[in-house]
Order: sequence, then structure tokens, then C-alpha cells
Amino acid sequence: MRYLGTAATLLVDGIAFSMVLFLISIGMTVTLGIMRVVNLAHCAFAMAGGYLALALVQHASLGLMAALPIAVIGTMILGAVLEKTVYRWVYATSELGQILMTIGLTFLMIAAANLLFGSTLQTLPVPKPLAGTWEAGDVILSTYRGFLVLVAGAIAATLWAVMEYTDVGARLRAAVDNPRIARAVGINVPRVFAATFALGCGLAAIGGVLGTQMLPLEPWYALKYLVLVLMVVAVGGLGSIQGSFYAALLLGLIDTFGRYLVPALGAFLIYLAVVALLLWRPQGLFGRS
Amino acid sequence: MKGTASGPAERSAVVREGFERHRFGWLDALPWLCVVLWFVLAPGYLPLGTQVIVMIIFTLSLDLALGYGGIETLGHAALFGLGAYGAGLYALHVSSEPISGLAAAALAGALAALLTGALILRTRGLTLVMLTLAVATLVAELASTWKSLTGGDDGLTGYQIAPLLGLFGFDLAGRTAYWYAAAALAVLFLVSRWLVNSPFGLTVRGIRDNPVRMRMMGVQVTRRLVMLYAISGAIAGVAGGLTAQVTKLVGLDVLGLGLSANVLIMLIIGGPGRLYGAFLGAAVFVILSDRAAAINPFHWLFALGLVLILVVRFAPSGLLGAAERAVAHALRRRA
Repeated sequence: MRYLGTAATLLVDGIAFSMVLFLISIGMTVTLGIMRVVNLAHCAFAMAGGYLALALVQHASLGLMAALPIAVIGTMILGAVLEKTVYRWVYATSELGQILMTIGLTFLMIAAANLLFGSTLQTLPVPKPLAGTWEAGDVILSTYRGFLVLVAGAIAATLWAVMEYTDVGARLRAAVDNPRIARAVGINVPRVFAATFALGCGLAAIGGVLGTQMLPLEPWYALKYLVLVLMVVAVGGLGSIQGSFYAALLLGLIDTFGRYLVPALGAFLIYLAVVALLLWRPQGLFGRS
Repeated sequence: MKGTASGPAERSAVVREGFERHRFGWLDALPWLCVVLWFVLAPGYLPLGTQVIVMIIFTLSLDLALGYGGIETLGHAALFGLGAYGAGLYALHVSSEPISGLAAAALAGALAALLTGALILRTRGLTLVMLTLAVATLVAELASTWKSLTGGDDGLTGYQIAPLLGLFGFDLAGRTAYWYAAAALAVLFLVSRWLVNSPFGLTVRGIRDNPVRMRMMGVQVTRRLVMLYAISGAIAGVAGGLTAQVTKLVGLDVLGLGLSANVLIMLIIGGPGRLYGAFLGAAVFVILSDRAAAINPFHWLFALGLVLILVVRFAPSGLLGAAERAVAHALRRRA
């Protein structure tokens, strides 16, 4: 029973971690899929969401749940504004240029975060009803992480339904699959893209706000977790939201269980898994070659 | 290399340019004049000068891979770092003789590049960027986990470096280290220059510009790229080895994503695919970052971010490329 309890705790922690990664990675995989833009600044939007919520909690004394929607909308506006300005330049350059420009943008956002919020590690307070644990025999689960799994699950299900059954979803899928033909049949690809970009920033912000227990806020956030998110995107397959979901689950669980079962290896295991997976399927698990 | 010459006059100009590329002009003396001037005018800043030279070597290695071969990488620090650990471990366990230590560093870098290159250079574009990043992170995690070998977070220390050639000890002011690094740069620069103008160099430039066409012409594209990557790895390894020998400390940051990004930035600021871009970019970057970091590291980050966006937008071939264009423009106006 004791093992079962540990396994259940690890499972919930691992899935909660995976879901945060998933929320952050959606925007990036769509950007890569449609515009072939390597947006290394994407994690900075998750960070921006987290810091916005932090400011609201600290200065407007809002609760986490009240701050969340405002922070998400704020990040979406930030994303939309940048997409209309700086990203025009990013789209126009080569692949390498995109990498460098978005690294530059990340640097700017890191410096801004440090200027506004200082360089210390910060987490957002867990709302009262969600604090504490939920126990059943030997199984002890953190209520907040359970909540996180439910929220992210609901978002994933909604996204899937929207992608699969609505007109908007069909347009987006068409734009990812073949932007030129999509344009030819009258889909306004740049507009679909701009909307998706903002939405991706918003989803990243949700991940950033809700995930501070696992990924605490700091100015280097935008670079520190970038590698992890990039790997989720690459393993899942560029442009595949479903792929990102499974990749996030896979990598999140490997990391959580790996760190517990073989602590000596640390984060080594997850990178080994990524290299092996990418060599086996360079286009990712769900990507098309 | 792009475009076809139409008239005989133009064609002879292309041919002449092809031959004159090998020759040295007066301008080629400029970097070495700077090396000597730095020694004379800034004797208190020799460690910084050494750091500049080491970074020029590292950027040069990236220029071979990226600027000439088109290998887009976000993991070049892995090769630098393995060279550093190679030299450090060699000094600790084998011999404190510096030049053979550099050979060990070059070997470490080249072997790492050869092994990983053979696996990952089959891919191109984004996947390659991801794979270089993943491999570099893997190596960094390995070094941080394998504490008994690398010292983990504390770094690898406690080794000595014997006098150079048995004559020149590494002094506190860093005079020996400075000339040692400068000599390494001179040798590696000549090798690189010869390499990029050799048939092999022309082949990899062809691969950079049009891999499909080169494959059609019967070139073994992947094999050539792996060879280039291994040479680049050897040079990056020497740069890492020099750092290890000069500072007598190897920390985990020699393998980090930060360094991989920085070297890329140095090359882009200077201008890729022209060797001297590495000189200019690394010098500007290291000197400015040294000055700015003393004031406030986050302000430096802000300036760097801004410069990066503006350089990519307005001077995609780097400062040197922009300068070349300005000179060409001025000459045309005068003619």
C-alpha cells in the first residue's frame, strides 16, 4: 500500500507538471507549425503572465483566481501588440535570424522583469480552498496539483473539441497543414495566425500563473524552462497540439519518476530520452515528415 | 559564389577574386597589430585580452560550421566545454605540459563532434537546432551529475600547468597566457583560412548554398558536414582547453546554453562566413560585456537584446558585412 501511495502521489505530481508544460508549449507548436517561426521568446509570455498575476496579487490584493483572467488577457494583449510590431521583422528573416531575434526579445523581457520585480525567486499563493492535501488511506495528494490536472484537462478537452468540430479549428488545421492552399481557398492565414498567436500567449500565461509551485517566477524563467518547452514541442511534432499533449505527459512523467527513482541521474534521463526519441523520429511523435 | 558571370570581363573578375582570396593584403595585418598594441597599451588588462582571443578562436570554430557549412547549432558550447574538461582532466591526471594538453582538448572536441555529428547531421533546419540543443543539454547534465570526475557545481580545480616549452611560466599578470593564446589563434586562423579556400572548403560552401544540388553532383553531403563539424569541434575544443589552462578552473558554465547563445551572437554581430567577422564580433562582445557587467548585468542584457534585434534586421551580414558594403558603395561613387 505504501508503494501505491507514493506511486499515486508521483503520478499526480508528474501529470500536474506535464500539464503546465503542455499549456506553455501549445502556442509555440502552433507558431512553428503555421509560420515556421522559431519563437524562442515564447516562454517569456508565460513569465509575463506569472508576473502580471503577481503584481495583481501583491498590489491590488486580488486572489489568485481573480488575478488569473486579468493576467491572461493582459498577456494576450502584449502578445498581440508584439505580433503586430516586432514579429513583422521576425517573419521576414531567415530561420537563424528568427532564433537570434527572438533570443534578443527574450533578453529584453528578462531585463524588464528584473527591473520591475527584482531577481528573487517568487511563487504565487495557493488559494485557501485548494491548499492542503487530500488523503485516502496511504494515498496523499496535493489538492492544488489535483486541481491543476483537472483545469488543464478541461482546457485540453476544450481545445480538442474546438480544433475538431468548429469552423475556427478547421481553418487553423488547414493553415497548419498547407498555408498556401489554405490561402488559396480564402482563409485569411495571417489573421488566423495573429489570433492563434495571442491565444497561445494566453494559454502560456495560464501555465505561467498556475505553475509557479513547480516553475517559480524569476527573470531567468524565460530561458531556464525554454529548453524543456522546446523539447516538448520537438518530441510532439511541430504544429501538432495533440503531439504536444502526449509529449508533455511523457517527458513530465519520465522527469518526475526519474528524479524520484534514480535521483543520482537528476535531469539527465529526460534529455537522454529526448535525444533518443528525436533520432528515432526526427519529425516528432505526431509530426509529418 | 552566387550568380553566374556573364561577360568575359566579369568572369575574369570572379576568377581573380578566387585567386586573390588566398593572398594577404595590408589589412590582414590589422588584427595582429591590435594584439601587439593591446599588450603595449593595456598591460593591466591582459587577462581580458586573453579572454577576447579565446572567444575569437571559439567564434572562428562556429564560423566554420555555421558561416561556411550552414550547420545551424544552439549547442556549440558542448564542444568548447568538452575541450575545457579534456584539458583540465589531462592536466590533473596525465601531465601538466600545456601544448599536449591543448592537443587533448582538440581531440575531445573533435571526437564529441564526430560522434554526435554522425548522428545528428543527417537532419537539417529546426530539427538540427533542437538536436544540437538537446545534445548540449545532455552533456551539461552529464557533467553536473558525474561529480567524481568533473567536480559538479564546484568545478574542476586543483591542477597545475607547467611552463610553456619548459621556459615560460604562466605568470600572475598573464603575459605568457596572452602570447600563448595569440599564438594558438594565429595557427588556427591560418589553418581555417587555408581550409575554407581548399576544395573541401568550396564543397561545404556549396552544401550550405544548395545541399540538394551538391548531392546530385555526387558529393557525400552528410560525410562532408561531419568532417567540417569535427574540425570545428577540434578548434572549439582548443578554445575551451585554453580557458581551462589559463584560468585553472573549469566550471559547468562552459557547457551552458548561455555560452552557446553568446557565441552565436558574437558571430552574427561580427558577420558570418568571412573569418574576420569572428575577430570583430568576439572582441566587441567580450570587451563590452566586461565593461557593462561591472555596471549592471541586466542593463547589459537589455542592450544586447536590442542590438541583436537591430543587427539581424538591418545588418544581417554583421558589422563587417555592413562595413564592406559601405566601402564598396564609397568606391563605386568615386569611380
